[in-house]
Amino acid sequence: MQKRTLWKLISVLTMMAAACGGGDGSSEDPAPPTEAAAPAFDPATAGNISGMVMIDGEMPAAEELTMNSDPVCAMSATNTMSNTFVGGNGHLGNVFIYVKEGLEGQSFPAATETVTLNQEGCRYTPHVFGVQVGQTVQIVNSDPTLHNIHATPTENDEFNMGQPIQNMTFERTFDSPEVMVPFKCDVHGWMNAYVGVVAHPYFATTGQDGMFDISSLPPGDYVIEAWHEALGTQTQNITVTTGGTAEVSFTFTVS
Amino acid sequence: MTWLHNYSRLLAVATVLLIAAGGMVTSTGAGLSVPDWPSSYGYFMFAFPLSSMVGGIFYEHGHRLIASTVGILTIGLVICLWLYDPRRWMRWVGVAALVTVILQGIMGGITVLYFLPTPVSISHAGIAQIFFCLTVSLALFTSPGWHKTYEATKHNDHIISTLATGLPILIYVQILIGATMRHTGAGLAIPDFPLVLGGLVPHTWNFSIAIHFLHRLGGIITTLAIFATLGHLLTHHRTRRDLIRPTWFLALLVVIQVGLGGWTVLSQRAPLINTAHVVTGAIVLASALVLGLRVNRHRFPIENPLRLSTTATRETS
Ligand SMILES: [Cu+2]
Repeated sequence: MQKRTLWKLISVLTMMAAACGGGDGSSEDPAPPTEAAAPAFDPATAGNISGMVMIDGEMPAAEELTMNSDPVCAMSATNTMSNTFVGGNGHLGNVFIYVKEGLEGQSFPAATETVTLNQEGCRYTPHVFGVQVGQTVQIVNSDPTLHNIHATPTENDEFNMGQPIQNMTFERTFDSPEVMVPFKCDVHGWMNAYVGVVAHPYFATTGQDGMFDISSLPPGDYVIEAWHEALGTQTQNITVTTGGTAEVSFTFTVS
Repeated sequence: MTWLHNYSRLLAVATVLLIAAGGMVTSTGAGLSVPDWPSSYGYFMFAFPLSSMVGGIFYEHGHRLIASTVGILTIGLVICLWLYDPRRWMRWVGVAALVTVILQGIMGGITVLYFLPTPVSISHAGIAQIFFCLTVSLALFTSPGWHKTYEATKHNDHIISTLATGLPILIYVQILIGATMRHTGAGLAIPDFPLVLGGLVPHTWNFSIAIHFLHRLGGIITTLAIFATLGHLLTHHRTRRDLIRPTWFLALLVVIQVGLGGWTVLSQRAPLINTAHVVTGAIVLASALVLGLRVNRHRFPIENPLRLSTTATRETS
């Protein structure tokens, strides 16, 4: 870290001396070596979690976002409503659910599939999602305007990258578990997303119907946590048995 | 050499614009909307397409463009000072301004590349004021009045010396407290105004409340100091229009400034109002500096303006 800081400083000074354009000199961390760990349990013994997230009280009305500071956004945006509160009929979407305790000391296969975070219509899609430590996140700019992708983690390295051209992509991984890593665009202040970085594959995000499923867990006792960007977190203890599906429901109260 | 004076004034005015632009960057939270530096999204700064100055980029890239312009103007001024101002010390004031503006540019770059570290952002705000003070000083030192009023400036009034020397220092400290409050996100730590969490003194304390309260306290002390200075000048130096005029201006400005501070809180930091508060703060500081320098005029080297121009002519011919 110290060395990287020093290098960055040197690169700053060099660029200043050159007094001309160039990259920002940020060096990507190489992806951590992923151990091909064998599943720590016999998949034949696995169980599942199925659940629902409810909201008690009236769901706050979605705010209309003003996008006129960028004409491209104002013209091309198909969805201009805040997605902090989504769902209906007492069901709450965009809640991140993950196993918080109970899997310590176990190792799981590294996730091989790439998760895409798309910037489209000057919004992030998805707004809330999860990845495994070391899993590749591909960030895509589908808009004919500029975005900067600025992640503000506390456990992982902060980064801020520009994507001035449509269809630009870049890839990123996270080295440490962290729930949640916020993403924002400083060009378009309304753009934000949250990524839950988890050490195992047992996480989910609720849909508009508030439902989620986490499958193929080793049997055992777990603490699972539900996170919502405005309503905070809740935890519950559950027991997963072989071949069974543990039912759980969370209720967030709004006053 | 009125053109040199006009040039210095242009630089000072451009610096006010620059402070306003920088204030808008912070007020709108646009500081990281251009992630690279000194390039802008890979473009050489002046080649970045204007049509791409959307959203936060409008403020951040605009700030960089104005800053570069001010930097170039400063280089030009320093060259002119070395060529045309025979006062050796003046040349070094110019060099000091240039060094400051370069340092300020580097600080700006560091804020971008290191994601707005608080101490760097506060320093960037503090150095901005020092640079502005240097440009205002250059404009004052090149002004005809600086030479003309020399004979009338001798005085033995220690009270006015202390007041007028202390005032810019006091205001600068107050601005640094304000910058610390702003860049630690404490601007709304006390959400009511003029009351403080419903009373006169906070009933609960943490860093944010303390720094915010300190800034309000500083505002009261600054206002009292300015009015004390005005009162003293009006009773003891009625004939010194060159001192009384900036002090009246200061008194008017500080009242507006307190109002803007309150409005910033009550508007929940509306960017334009917040920025107006930052800019007015800078002008209050500069006005106090002009007053301080004029009160201390007799401590500067004696120059005969006539000799100045003849020397200048000789040097350039
Ligand atoms: Cu954007």
